[in-house]
Amino acid sequence: MNPKAVVVGGGLAGLMSTIKLVERGIAVDLISLVPVKRSHSVCAQGGINAALNTKGEGDSVDQHFYDTIYGGDFLASQPPVRGMVDAAPELIYTFDRMGANFTRTEEGLLDLRLFGGVKKRRTVFAGATTGQQLEYTLDEQVRRHEDSGKVTKYEGWEFLKAVIDGEGVCRGCIAQNLATMEIRVFRADVVIIATGGAGVIYGKSTNSSINTGSAASIVYQQGAAYANAEFIQIHPTAMLGDDKTRLMSESARGEGGRVWTYKDGKPWYFLEEMYPGYGNLVPRDIASRAIHKVCVEMGLGIDGKNQVYLDLSHLDKDFLERRLGGIIEIYEKFHGDDPKKVPMKIYPGIHYFMGGVHVNWHHMTSIPGLFAAGECDYMYHGANRLGANSLLSAAYSGTVCGPAAADYIAGLGKLAAEEDGSLYETYRQKEVAYDDYVRKLNGDENPFVLHQEMGELMTRNVGIVRYNKDLTAADGELQRFMERWHRLAMVDSNVYSNQTVMFVKQLKNMMELARVITISALNRDESRGAHYKPEFPERNDKDYLKTTKAFYTADGPRFEWEEVNTSLLEPVKRTYGGSK
Amino acid sequence: MRNEEKYITFKIKRRDKPESTPYWEEFRIPYKPNMNVVSSLMEIRKNPVNASGHKVNPVVFECNCYEEVCGACTMIINGTPRQACSALIDEIIGKHGMERPITLQPLTKFPVIRDLMVDRQIMFDYLKKVKAWIPVDGSFGLGRGPRYDERKRSAAYQISRCMTCGCCAEACPSFNERSDFMGPHVFSQVKMFNMHPLGLMQKEDRLKAIMSHGGIQDCGNAQNCVRVCPKSIPLTRSIAELNLDVNLLAIKRIFKW
Ligand SMILES: Cc1cc2nc3c(=O)[nH]c(=O)nc-3n(C[C@H](O)[C@H](O)[C@H](O)COP(=O)(O)OP(=O)(O)OC[C@H]3O[C@@H](n4cnc5c(N)ncnc54)[C@H](O)[C@@H]3O)c2cc1C
Ligand code: SF4
Ligand code: SF4
Ligand code: FES
Repeated sequence: MNPKAVVVGGGLAGLMSTIKLVERGIAVDLISLVPVKRSHSVCAQGGINAALNTKGEGDSVDQHFYDTIYGGDFLASQPPVRGMVDAAPELIYTFDRMGANFTRTEEGLLDLRLFGGVKKRRTVFAGATTGQQLEYTLDEQVRRHEDSGKVTKYEGWEFLKAVIDGEGVCRGCIAQNLATMEIRVFRADVVIIATGGAGVIYGKSTNSSINTGSAASIVYQQGAAYANAEFIQIHPTAMLGDDKTRLMSESARGEGGRVWTYKDGKPWYFLEEMYPGYGNLVPRDIASRAIHKVCVEMGLGIDGKNQVYLDLSHLDKDFLERRLGGIIEIYEKFHGDDPKKVPMKIYPGIHYFMGGVHVNWHHMTSIPGLFAAGECDYMYHGANRLGANSLLSAAYSGTVCGPAAADYIAGLGKLAAEEDGSLYETYRQKEVAYDDYVRKLNGDENPFVLHQEMGELMTRNVGIVRYNKDLTAADGELQRFMERWHRLAMVDSNVYSNQTVMFVKQLKNMMELARVITISALNRDESRGAHYKPEFPERNDKDYLKTTKAFYTADGPRFEWEEVNTSLLEPVKRTYGGSK
Repeated sequence: MRNEEKYITFKIKRRDKPESTPYWEEFRIPYKPNMNVVSSLMEIRKNPVNASGHKVNPVVFECNCYEEVCGACTMIINGTPRQACSALIDEIIGKHGMERPITLQPLTKFPVIRDLMVDRQIMFDYLKKVKAWIPVDGSFGLGRGPRYDERKRSAAYQISRCMTCGCCAEACPSFNERSDFMGPHVFSQVKMFNMHPLGLMQKEDRLKAIMSHGGIQDCGNAQNCVRVCPKSIPLTRSIAELNLDVNLLAIKRIFKW
């Protein structure tokens, strides 16, 4: 009997985990909603951080570590972050050997660019499509392993449940085919959840449509702890749109872009004025709040709307083409105007989930045999993530998670393949029955409309600026949404490839997670990183230098606080004022 | 102008499951500025009623990134294969006016799953056939990668943005269900790996793969592919250059160099 791993998700984290498992001789079933090459990781534009120090600026791993911890407002446990920044240069070189198309210097070395929240060039990039290039690089390596029979892909399948035995150990999972709608068992000795972020909970975000957080919510509902849900990065510069708020990469500011609006009839470069040290390159949370303040509190948005300018038009055209071609193309393509000539209109948009499934330093969740890696885990970014650090954490977490999962398997007494089938069959039948329930929903509400309502609620009440009364109200409303969920109409009667059935199931999971986010935010009476409460404007280390941990119960989430490991750096106040 | 609601009409080729007969159905949705085809399909599923006022099943379509980088949402829009997320309604009605329905149909060179959703697995399978990867010794650290001339690198970058969307294959007369022709995107990938300082070492293996059945010799040089590629990948240039490489390799083999 041979051991078997299931990896759910084919973004950077899932693919890297898969490669590591294969190299340890373990066969992998790779499950993904979409062909893995189309995963959300392809959306990342700006770059990936590693202290390569090839610009003669004296950059160092220590500095990368400091910037990450400081940028995260000291909420990240420090040793795993140290591990990540230490490994970053070698990881980049590995990507490079695998053929990732990084932009070069004249000497043929990897070029570096400046990103937010740091003062040294540390960001490796591939034009303005870094995520696409990294994802394709790992996709190619996994295809190679697929070709030699070590990986079996299940693309177009959705994770429904982890199978957990009587001793509380994960033994595989149940997944559903999105075309035939078949629900089947995947026996496995470990299951790795690498399912990415959850922007879709907010309706519109910079995320892909598949980023519902559904899988993370499912394992939370099955008993895995969910940590720091209240920390959601709102990217300061996103285009406004009906379907999504498309990201304008931070590299636009890194390459010299300036943010402004009119005040007293004259251009006002408010970030440069408020934060002379970092100017337009203050970290994301700070920039987002400044834009919110200028538009919502001061009413100074362009054309009286919630929008300000992000301006590249003063920069050299060739330079812009070469360095920012990809994102300029996106703006032109989706908005019509040419950012080389006219300033872009932008507003903050929901972007990244710092929080996620709670894991130990080996990426195992509180359920033995169940691991989590990538944006769906909580480990590396504390209260706020620095730009270009999450492609790093996604790929790096795979390099930790894969080998740790292999070690775990080596210590197992009995393999999943030897289990008798009844455990699996019970789980499968439950999912079949639930599927049937969802198909027969015959109320009067359209699920896509209810989702829109939830997104609007979350954006309004649990967004950039948070007040406890709004959070309490949002939680009440979410509970009413959960009742309304049972009165949805199954608007699609087709038995085959029924996207509505799948969406309705995801919607339920999104609601569960939305409550965790909302109550986590309510519980934390301080301001830290991306979490900002005007009623509690300061960081409060005495009471809240702690990780929020949520556990599912039938009556709503139960919470615990966990100490943060600050053994390497003493917490200091995080400010981005002063001079450079 | 302001008070009267404007509508746009879609004419969509639908199919309930792979083996059933396709049919056309029309939908009318209120016009707003800045819409695209994906956001229109999202509107339809919020109120799935066809133009004759009948409640129908929502239209099934693929879409992930909404920014023309994942390749999922490819379909035929007014006769041209392209991404639905970057098909701006303002642009389409600017050309054709409000009255003319916008037609949407699934790609025709791939099996339809349902409505606008197709199965493009074969494109990924062909990437296996040509070994479109760099066979590194392992994913562990071995120090710095190779130096790479920035000019060559940026030429390869052009190709590296291929999102396996299938527009080129759709447009190519040689790519169809009856032939095993691998399709334009595959050749550019081969070109890209053969340019890389490490990939160069397996150059001949990849060339051999495209000299075999379904390979480069079946390209009729119709140039359709390059006209529809959303990423402006120099597909026919790659094919021309590979033809040279392939011929050289053939001569080399004859003389056993
Ligand atoms: C627009 C944008 C730009 C960004 N730019 C940068 C940047 O420049 N630098 C940076 O460092 N970071 C950036 N980020 C963040 C970064 O891209 C992500 O955090 C990272 O790619 C996440 O990778 P992942 O592997 O965790 O998940 P993803 O790439 O999201 O992959 C998730 C995978 O899980 C699968 N999946 C999900 N749910 C299920 C389910 N229920 N069943 C089966 N499969 C499932 C999906 O199919 C997919 O394969 C950006 C993010 C966005 C939105
Ligand atoms: S040039 Fe070749 S590959 Fe391109 S469309 Fe024509 S036949 Fe197809
Ligand atoms: S070559 Fe162009 S058209 Fe063809 S699959 Fe790639 S991106 Fe699409
Ligand atoms: S949704 Fe990704 S290309 Fe259109």
